[in-house]
Amino acid sequence: MNSTLLFNIIRFVFLIAAQVIIFNNINLFGFLNPYPYILFILLYPVNTNKSGLLIASFFLGLTMDIFSNSGGVHATACLILAQIRPAFFRFAFGLSYEYQTIKINDRLSPERFTFIFISILTHHLLLFLLEFFKFDFILDALLRTIGTTVFTLLVSILIIYLFKPTKK
Amino acid sequence: MQQIFNFIFKNSNRLLFLLLLITSLTLVVQSHSYHRSQVVNSANILSGNVYEQINEIETYFRLKQQNDKLAQENAALRKLLFNQKDSVFNLPKDSVKGYDKIEVIQSKIINNSYNVPENYLTINSGSLKGVKPDMGVISSQGIVGVIEKVSSNYATVISVLNIKSKINAKVKRTNHFGSLIWTAKNAGYVQLVEIPRLASVRKGDTIVTGGISKIFPENIPVGIIDKIYMDTKTNYYTVDVRLFNDMTNLNHVYIINNKDIDEINKLEAETKPNE
Repeated sequence: MNSTLLFNIIRFVFLIAAQVIIFNNINLFGFLNPYPYILFILLYPVNTNKSGLLIASFFLGLTMDIFSNSGGVHATACLILAQIRPAFFRFAFGLSYEYQTIKINDRLSPERFTFIFISILTHHLLLFLLEFFKFDFILDALLRTIGTTVFTLLVSILIIYLFKPTKK
Repeated sequence: MQQIFNFIFKNSNRLLFLLLLITSLTLVVQSHSYHRSQVVNSANILSGNVYEQINEIETYFRLKQQNDKLAQENAALRKLLFNQKDSVFNLPKDSVKGYDKIEVIQSKIINNSYNVPENYLTINSGSLKGVKPDMGVISSQGIVGVIEKVSSNYATVISVLNIKSKINAKVKRTNHFGSLIWTAKNAGYVQLVEIPRLASVRKGDTIVTGGISKIFPENIPVGIIDKIYMDTKTNYYTVDVRLFNDMTNLNHVYIINNKDIDEINKLEAETKPNE
């Protein structure tokens, strides 16, 4: 249990650092930045205390907000994603997900892909709707959601493959 | 009482979620609503330090470019010095005295943002160097923004590329005033609105800051007119202005401290209740 906690803290710091130092400065086509830091929420252990995940996600988002001067946009999106994560598990892996041990960071199966995709899409949609915050910009927000979702999806899958546990 | 505790215990996750959600949504709404309302910002020790470290490395890749820019600025200032010798001697006393009212603090941008509707920059000087909120920030080529939040060593700047920013500006040739805003479409252009219809503006005219603003001194370059639209509802011109500054590549900036600003603010505060 203690090692899981330590592992998650390391993952938290590593993902934030990678996000701030590398991924926030990519600016593909002048406006697309991937947000693979939400992998923290996706990879958080499945059968653990939920309040821990909620608090961790909130602070994950808040840290991002501090770095990008975005008010509370990231915090809100991360928090909501953490809250509805069990529903996405049920949607992607079927009802009995709690009894089998789900590992997200493993070979890419259709179930895992569905889960990662739907989570990223939800998070980005919330993020950009809150960030743009005006009806005038709703098309920009949707456009950016689509572009960034594809980008984040690619980067996230790459990161999962790179850091896959090498046991077996 | 027992039941209340039971309820709280049973729904602790949901209550925690709601509590955090209300907190974060409050932060979001607050940051969108008005000036200087950002509670969460990058003017603090943690993010300031991180950005300063990243910037240290980044600047090495842009040294040549920045040197060229500084050399160009030096050349322009030297030209001013050589050519206006006579008029400096002949300046009326008041305006010479006026020059002392403005203090310039040198600073450096350590974090830049230009691709969301509300862009903020982070600079590496704060209240210890005398930076205060509502001071103007310019670079050698033109205006950059206005100071928003200040910590002891860092400050955030509300960029001209921010839909909350509104700066007084004028057409240099005709002296007609308008407001400089941004419609979040393109990082190279800002919009000048409320130019009266009788102004004869042309494509290619230079836009500079107006004298009405107490944040910026008069005649700081902004950009040149790229396109002119007629607003049919209000009978005002709306003008697309191409910025002199490349907002995506900024490094050295100057903070303008108008020493009279406290006095002006105090006067205005005293005048307002009578209006």
